[in-house]
Amino acid sequence: MSAQTNKESLIKIENMSLEYGESINSTLALKNINLEINKGEFICVLGPSGCGKSSLLKCIAGYVKPTSGRVLMQGKEVDGPDWHRGVVFQSPTLYPWMTVNENVEFGPKMRDLPKTEIKEIREFFLDEVNLSGFGENYTFELSGGMKQRVAIARVLANYPQVVLMDEPFGALDALTRENMQNLIRNIWKENNTTIFFITHDVDEALLLANRAVVMSKQPGEIIKIFNVDFTNQIFEKGSKEVIYNEDYFEVKNEIMDIIHSQID
Amino acid sequence: MALNKKKNNKQKEKPAANHPKVNRESEKNKKTKTEKALTFITWASIFLTWYIITKLGIFTPTLLPGPARVWMAFLRILENGYNGVPLWLHLGASFKRLFVALFFAIFTAVPLGLLSGYFDKVEAVIDSVVEFYRPLPPLAYYTLLVLWFGIDDTSKQILLFLAGFAPIYIACVSAVRKLNQDFVLSARSLGAAQKDVFFKIVLPASLPEIFTGIRTAFGVAYTTLVSSEMVAATSGIGWMVLDASNFLKSDVIFVGIIIMGITGVIIDAGLRFLERKIIFWKGHV
Repeated sequence: MSAQTNKESLIKIENMSLEYGESINSTLALKNINLEINKGEFICVLGPSGCGKSSLLKCIAGYVKPTSGRVLMQGKEVDGPDWHRGVVFQSPTLYPWMTVNENVEFGPKMRDLPKTEIKEIREFFLDEVNLSGFGENYTFELSGGMKQRVAIARVLANYPQVVLMDEPFGALDALTRENMQNLIRNIWKENNTTIFFITHDVDEALLLANRAVVMSKQPGEIIKIFNVDFTNQIFEKGSKEVIYNEDYFEVKNEIMDIIHSQID
Repeated sequence: MALNKKKNNKQKEKPAANHPKVNRESEKNKKTKTEKALTFITWASIFLTWYIITKLGIFTPTLLPGPARVWMAFLRILENGYNGVPLWLHLGASFKRLFVALFFAIFTAVPLGLLSGYFDKVEAVIDSVVEFYRPLPPLAYYTLLVLWFGIDDTSKQILLFLAGFAPIYIACVSAVRKLNQDFVLSARSLGAAQKDVFFKIVLPASLPEIFTGIRTAFGVAYTTLVSSEMVAATSGIGWMVLDASNFLKSDVIFVGIIIMGITGVIIDAGLRFLERKIIFWKGHV
């Protein structure tokens, strides 16, 4: 469906497996994962709960070392977390002892960027997530959706090569969620960001992704990858009417069938 | 990507109306009028009972002096001092011991405790020693300290240092252990080096527990201070009480105990005030 011509590979996962625990009590969380993330892609990972979606993200982020196989980023093996791979957690891990400004500036400050540049970046991304004017507030004064937007701005402020998101909107109410989906789609489109997004919501995946990865129940394996284009259509038309199309239902049903067959 | 790019379809969120002042002190801690009245009534009845018992003359005034007598003793000590030494010198001697000891306790126990929580090898070195001496009553090793460092301030300061060190150290270790790991991971993913994670994340995130540890340490050190002054000293509020008991001056004993109680409450209130100012975000983690 999507006509991506010049793909530039960013992250390559090769024959990766992940085991938790020691010998007898060990559980296999991920099995033989092969996946390539290209520059500018919006990849959504779907699967029944407990299928190892988060483990996959942790391996890419560098929080967990795969038991076998490897994660390569631009040809180099991932070894621990670094700022090229930004992470947005399900519950925003904003630092309550810092203001919104200080939270967003944290990454650039850690990288010792010049003061004027830090300020510019901060203003740009706070504006990007519609939170200009909240900079002096403390994060605990914000609503759930606003917190998550600060968390997104904080990650983007580092201009990471890829943004890893672990069910970032899972804890938000339906309305806020929809706003956040539009927001992240716009950010992705405008800045040509690469996003790796975990969700358990099929609609969310189809509304955002240009590739949707469906995983099996534990041990997590990739069952099928769907190339979809709804997100571009929504962006161009500015409305969500594509979700009433025949092909949307077809893809959605197919994914639903796969997931349900995994649960039983 | 251009920083000054024009935004399309963006519904601007309205900034909070001229930034309403944040209420950084939690409402829960505010006492209601009834609760304040109850506390007042409690103290009023304690004083009343005390007054009635002394008025009835059940005990001789030498054993249980009345409020008026204690008040007179207080005024007398305030004016003439105790044994010719002004009251503030006694209090000053005690507080100097207390604050010097706690200053050193805080500045050693906090880094060591955080490091112990952070690096298992540091913990392996320090933890067993702390666990060994912590349950010991401080007065048990005070005798040794007096033998080694003399009866002066040094031995008391070391004693109070040891007494205050353990609670702060233990609070710091547990603070790091209980730390939300996502704080650390997110900081690492934002480009923070090990050192930055420690100073910018671990240290501030541990502050609430560190403060609890410091408050506990103050309590322990204060108790230890008074007992150590009763064992061996020539000045200090604890010594004043002990000396008065040797001469059966029970009104002075009462004055001493009441002063100790009130100063203890004041110190703790000061610490809690600092805590509210510094850790205004407590409970919002």
